[in-house]
Amino acid sequence: MAGHEAPPKREEGAFKPKILGILCNWCSYAGADLAGGGRIQYPPDVRVVRVMCTGRVDPLFIMKAFTDGADGVLISGCHFGDCHYLEGNYKAAKRLFLVKNLLKNIGLEDKRLRMTFVSASEGAKWGKVITDVVKTVEELGPSPLAELTK
Amino acid sequence: MAERKTKKETAPKKETTAAVKKQAPKKAAIGEQPEAKKEARVGVFICHCGTNIAGSMDINAVQEYSKSIPNVAYVDNYKYMCSMPGQAVIDKAIKDNKLTGVVVAACSPRLHEPTFRTATKEGGLNPFKFEMANIREQNSWVHMHDPEGATDKAKDAIRIAVAKASLLEDLFPKSVPVERAAMVVGAGVAGMQAALDLANAGIKTYLVEKTPTIGGRMSQLDKTFPTLDCSQCILTPKMVDVGRSENIELMTYCDVESVEGYIGNFDVTIRKKARGVLTPKEAEARGIVGGGCNGCGDCEAVCPVVQPNTFEEGMKPRKAIYIQHPQVVPLIYTIDKESCIKCDLCVKICGDEKRAIDLNQEDEFVKVKVGTAILATGYDIFPIENKTEWGYKRYENVITSLEFERLICASGPTGGHMVRPSDGVAPKKVAFLLCAGSRDNTGIGKPYCSRFCCMYSLKHAHQLIEKMPGCQPYIFYMDIRSFGKMYEEFYYRIQDEGAKFIRGRVSNILEDPATKNLMVYADDTLLDRPMKLEVDLVVLAAAVQPAADTNRTRKLFGVSCSMDGWLLEAHPKLNPCGTTTAGVFLAGACQGPKDIPDTVASAEGAASAASIPIHTGHVELEPYFAQCIEEKCAGCGMCVNLCPYTALALVEKDGRKVMQVTEAKCKGCGTCGGFCPGGAIWMNHFATPQIVAQIDAFLLGGEQ
Repeated sequence: MAGHEAPPKREEGAFKPKILGILCNWCSYAGADLAGGGRIQYPPDVRVVRVMCTGRVDPLFIMKAFTDGADGVLISGCHFGDCHYLEGNYKAAKRLFLVKNLLKNIGLEDKRLRMTFVSASEGAKWGKVITDVVKTVEELGPSPLAELTK
Repeated sequence: MAERKTKKETAPKKETTAAVKKQAPKKAAIGEQPEAKKEARVGVFICHCGTNIAGSMDINAVQEYSKSIPNVAYVDNYKYMCSMPGQAVIDKAIKDNKLTGVVVAACSPRLHEPTFRTATKEGGLNPFKFEMANIREQNSWVHMHDPEGATDKAKDAIRIAVAKASLLEDLFPKSVPVERAAMVVGAGVAGMQAALDLANAGIKTYLVEKTPTIGGRMSQLDKTFPTLDCSQCILTPKMVDVGRSENIELMTYCDVESVEGYIGNFDVTIRKKARGVLTPKEAEARGIVGGGCNGCGDCEAVCPVVQPNTFEEGMKPRKAIYIQHPQVVPLIYTIDKESCIKCDLCVKICGDEKRAIDLNQEDEFVKVKVGTAILATGYDIFPIENKTEWGYKRYENVITSLEFERLICASGPTGGHMVRPSDGVAPKKVAFLLCAGSRDNTGIGKPYCSRFCCMYSLKHAHQLIEKMPGCQPYIFYMDIRSFGKMYEEFYYRIQDEGAKFIRGRVSNILEDPATKNLMVYADDTLLDRPMKLEVDLVVLAAAVQPAADTNRTRKLFGVSCSMDGWLLEAHPKLNPCGTTTAGVFLAGACQGPKDIPDTVASAEGAASAASIPIHTGHVELEPYFAQCIEEKCAGCGMCVNLCPYTALALVEKDGRKVMQVTEAKCKGCGTCGGFCPGGAIWMNHFATPQIVAQIDAFLLGGEQ
């Protein structure tokens, strides 16, 4: 659980997932900053790349991350209807369905890719989202593609 | 035709287009290694932020690691990077080491990106050759008990930032002129104050109000705490000033229909709802000289339709043609189209001279251009009948505080005689329920404190004691929050005057069907015992919530809201009047519950903030717009329809179609760039090679 207590420590040598987070500047990145201000504690496995809008996310970015060996990818933007650029998040979500299908077709669990909607006022939710994403990827284990890149 | 227009618009930007053409081969597609990377010399500056960052990670390890990152030419750390000496470190390092890019690993770019961009500029680089690694808000503060994890994450964050900084390009903000006009949405006390301030600063201000009159909630109140000023007495002069001001264009009974554009140049379409009654100006425009409504009220007298008056909280009738109350500004009647039966009686009595009434008037749309806008949409009362245990709308003698205000107000439905609704008799015992729906975690009410209910309930108790000797107020409270100037003193005064305070929430209210008296059940937590009390009247200090159309309005202006629906400020402490949309500001209770002093203060703040770009005359827009790499563009036109701002168009060039960007319209979201199947769109500062380099840096490492 994300909250004010520290997340449970991993055992020595346990799998540390590599997760890429692409966040929109206006909602999710701000929400993640708010989680910081509120000292919400969550696992440190997600590395963040900031874009102005999730609409910027090219499906190839996601495929690149997976071929580079990412165990998971998180795309997070504004709630529907709340996009700073009106509808970028709809367009991103639409593309992500395609990418999920693609992942399934190449035999990769589509759960490794997730899109979430966290607003600038949802710091606590951000903690929960990260905790849950990390848990999901931990349960799936290392990406089979990551083994290949090694 | 459309194509020709676009060509014409973009003609002066030939230079930019040409520049892209020249650079294009340098811009690598996904997977290619761009040339720039080889020559980049990046400086990394790690901030301790006191112990905020240094307390949760090993700064030395991060510094040592940073030296091994490709393209890093210099690494330093400092206790407070944002301080003057900290910035001087950056300045000196850029010059001494011939750096081409700067990475500061510190707090969030949302906080200090502007600071360090300035420092980068002072060092002689283009300010956009700067990238920030967020190792505080998204690292040290959220991994306080995991120094190892935090240190690893900081190393990765710096590596990712360096990868981007190596590929950043010089960018130049676009300066655009600012329209010398402002808009204020909502004409309660916040909107009026903001509009007056702007107008007095010499700025043309459009004050848009959805109801037929200005004044808002404050005009419904009787007295104001703690000074006990008469609310109308201090408000009406302001209303009159607003009505008279030459710089204020009052647009009552109007809605904002659509908003386009950006700071400095908002194109706002206003829907002028059909009043059914012409103002003298409108009458003159129709050639009726000396005509139009003069507020005589003859029409109201003959109108046969009776409706509840919403201004009086439904406790007084009004006609289908009405004014809300005698002090309305502007003094123009309005026809309630829903209930009007078109009997024409009003038209006849109004006469041939004035000819003010037009029953078939239709909504009109007006377009105005403004540089900045202030939202002051205010609050509504929470539907307290949802808390069924208190029986509002079930029991006649359970009323809300706003109804109490009207009942005790000399201009109210009873002429100021405080009586209870069931039998019109003056109450002897009155219970006030505080936190009615506020500070409520049951999921029915609101979790927040509504901030002014404690104080107005104290004022209500005072008014009862003063006006009706022998009447006993009982105040059921959780805590009395009397935090403002002279508020605590006011609380003592009401205690001395004899109001009875019971600390406990009311669990249930039952009505005696014969007397319509109410039995109030509560738990007195100070005496630690359950209690019941029979009273004549119960007043619920109901919670407040954002006004009904706040959500619609905020979306038009691109403003975010907090979880409770209140409009979200850019920063709660350092930018409380601003929003994430440049040029749009907040005033008053649309941002969260505020009493009158706080509301007026925030309105003055918003007016000041909104006047700055207007007085400066120009603003700089971040140059994050899209550009077309014409060699790669297949002219498919998919991007054209994706753009929510119609900034893209296909044009003929050298015998084939290519996409062209109208930079002034592009807001830089990158939705086109995220889609383009040919990779032909270059998003300034968020270009595909830059983002791919970030992904590669994270996952493939690249330590030397």
